[in-house]
Amino acid sequence: MTGILKIAFKLLVNDKAKFAALIVGITFAMFLMVQLTSIFAGILKKASANIINIGAKVWIMDPAVNNPLNSIPMPDYILDAVRSIDGVNYAVPLYSSASLVKLNNGVYQAVTVLGLDDTSLVGRPQLLEGKIEDIYGADAFIVVRDQEYAKLDNPTLGTTFELNDHRGVIVGIAQVTTSGLFGMPTLYTTYRRAIQYIPNQRFTTAYILVEPKSEQDIPTIKARVAALGYLGLTKEEFIQRISDYYKYQTGIGTNILIMTITSFLVGLSISGQTFYTFVLENLDKFGALKAIGAKNRELVYMILFQAFFTGCTGYGLGVGLSALLINIAVRKVPGYAGNITYFNLGLAFVMLLVIVFVSSYIAARKVIRVEPFEIFRG
Amino acid sequence: MAGSAVKAVNLEKWFGEGEARTYAVRKVSLEAGFGKMLYIVGPSGSGKTTLLSMISGILRPDAGTVVVQDKEIWNLSPNDIADFRLHHIGFVFQDYHLFPRLTTAENVAIPLIIQKHDWQDAIHQAMEILDVVGLKDRAQLNPVKLSGGEQQRVAIARAIVARPDILIFDEPTASLDGITGKKIIGFVKENILNEHRCILIVTHDSRIFEYADQIIMLEDGAIVKTVEGGLLEK
Repeated sequence: MTGILKIAFKLLVNDKAKFAALIVGITFAMFLMVQLTSIFAGILKKASANIINIGAKVWIMDPAVNNPLNSIPMPDYILDAVRSIDGVNYAVPLYSSASLVKLNNGVYQAVTVLGLDDTSLVGRPQLLEGKIEDIYGADAFIVVRDQEYAKLDNPTLGTTFELNDHRGVIVGIAQVTTSGLFGMPTLYTTYRRAIQYIPNQRFTTAYILVEPKSEQDIPTIKARVAALGYLGLTKEEFIQRISDYYKYQTGIGTNILIMTITSFLVGLSISGQTFYTFVLENLDKFGALKAIGAKNRELVYMILFQAFFTGCTGYGLGVGLSALLINIAVRKVPGYAGNITYFNLGLAFVMLLVIVFVSSYIAARKVIRVEPFEIFRG
Repeated sequence: MAGSAVKAVNLEKWFGEGEARTYAVRKVSLEAGFGKMLYIVGPSGSGKTTLLSMISGILRPDAGTVVVQDKEIWNLSPNDIADFRLHHIGFVFQDYHLFPRLTTAENVAIPLIIQKHDWQDAIHQAMEILDVVGLKDRAQLNPVKLSGGEQQRVAIARAIVARPDILIFDEPTASLDGITGKKIIGFVKENILNEHRCILIVTHDSRIFEYADQIIMLEDGAIVKTVEGGLLEK
């Protein structure tokens, strides 16, 4: 650190009250920004929970599907048509629907039922308890132990329930990467049992899951599916499509954006004003430095350094605080959506840089204009 | 070193234009030699500080020239003038303008730090100068914990730490009682002034006139009297 920056550092941190106010302002703004954008990222992740958990490389669906809640069943011949495409290693149907189960205590609970291909069980979850082959047993269902698990009265192996007047029994307890957005527990069963137990429309295949022979075959598969009048998307494209839906076709994206901008403006105004006051209070000192022989360029470096140091400290504290609270909330608060991504951190850092440069610019203008002669005049 | 340290010729400074033009300094010429202590005195508003600012390279004159050590300073670029001040001129401001968040030693080291000396070297030199002004034992205190006289000596130490040729004092005794003020200026004359250095002091404190080698009296921006020695009538 050069001497002049060391002076700037000492002037900053030795003014404990101002430094604390600056740090609190930036930390609070960064905390809000990271928290809000992380919640949004968490919502998007949860919205794509089934796609992430099942993990198929290519998903075939009706072109009108834009989020997993609104799957539109496809006729059975589409499955055959897809299987006949060159480049398809295998293709299986997936049943996906919401339904109501009646628990032993008489309470009704909405659930998501996923019906896996009977032969291959492609997309099956990782079991914590029970054996996967038990899914072929009578009335068998696997329950996911996620944040919604308790809504089914914490079932254990052998727990029974009613699903559309059919008996259901828990034969396995599974874990998945992420739980869903809409607060519904998830039950896995076979495709055949799902369409037997749940009242259906004429067509029953919500999605066709495709394993291509190679990555290079994916464009061909998508093109052939499009020729059939349906939509083929890779897992990443499907997640992006869901994300775009929530961002642009619901109010969630807009509202989160507004809240993030608000927290940015709060941070900008608190830190900008505090930093400006800090510089104003030291204006005579900057003038004295100028009189002694410091150049404007050096004084601007000092201000930039002070702003950047404060900003980075506040950023670290804000991100740390946010990460800590999200970590606690994810474990303690059912349905909490919080997911810190590198994009969130990058976005917050860019906003921090804007705050730093705006605050520095306003303060530096004042310092550049101060005349050493004014120091003489007192 | 002999000869002229500072030479100002026909310096003028005015504010406003046309009929509103007001002269702060008008056609002032002066010369100060090395080893001399020159006082600029006069009532408030007489242009003392304005004159001192022009001589020290802080306020650009509207007319006239300032030659410091054979260099016409107002022909230099702003950055070069700043460099010139940094290496050749030391300032003791009326309110000292010490940094309350830095230690006394760090305050004194500031000119060296701006000159890009190594931090430890600057602090080491500052300690030597603090020893000269009798404040070595106060080096690690913040200036706010020092008395007015001690703060004045810290300001002097800061002004001389880079070994400037010209020292500028602006109302050095304004915040001090009479005894302390005289002590400080006596100390400056005995210990700080030498044949390589010229000291310019703006003051209206007649109690310290006795230390002057030359006194220039200003009124309404013009020199009304020049006295050799400190015998100006009080």
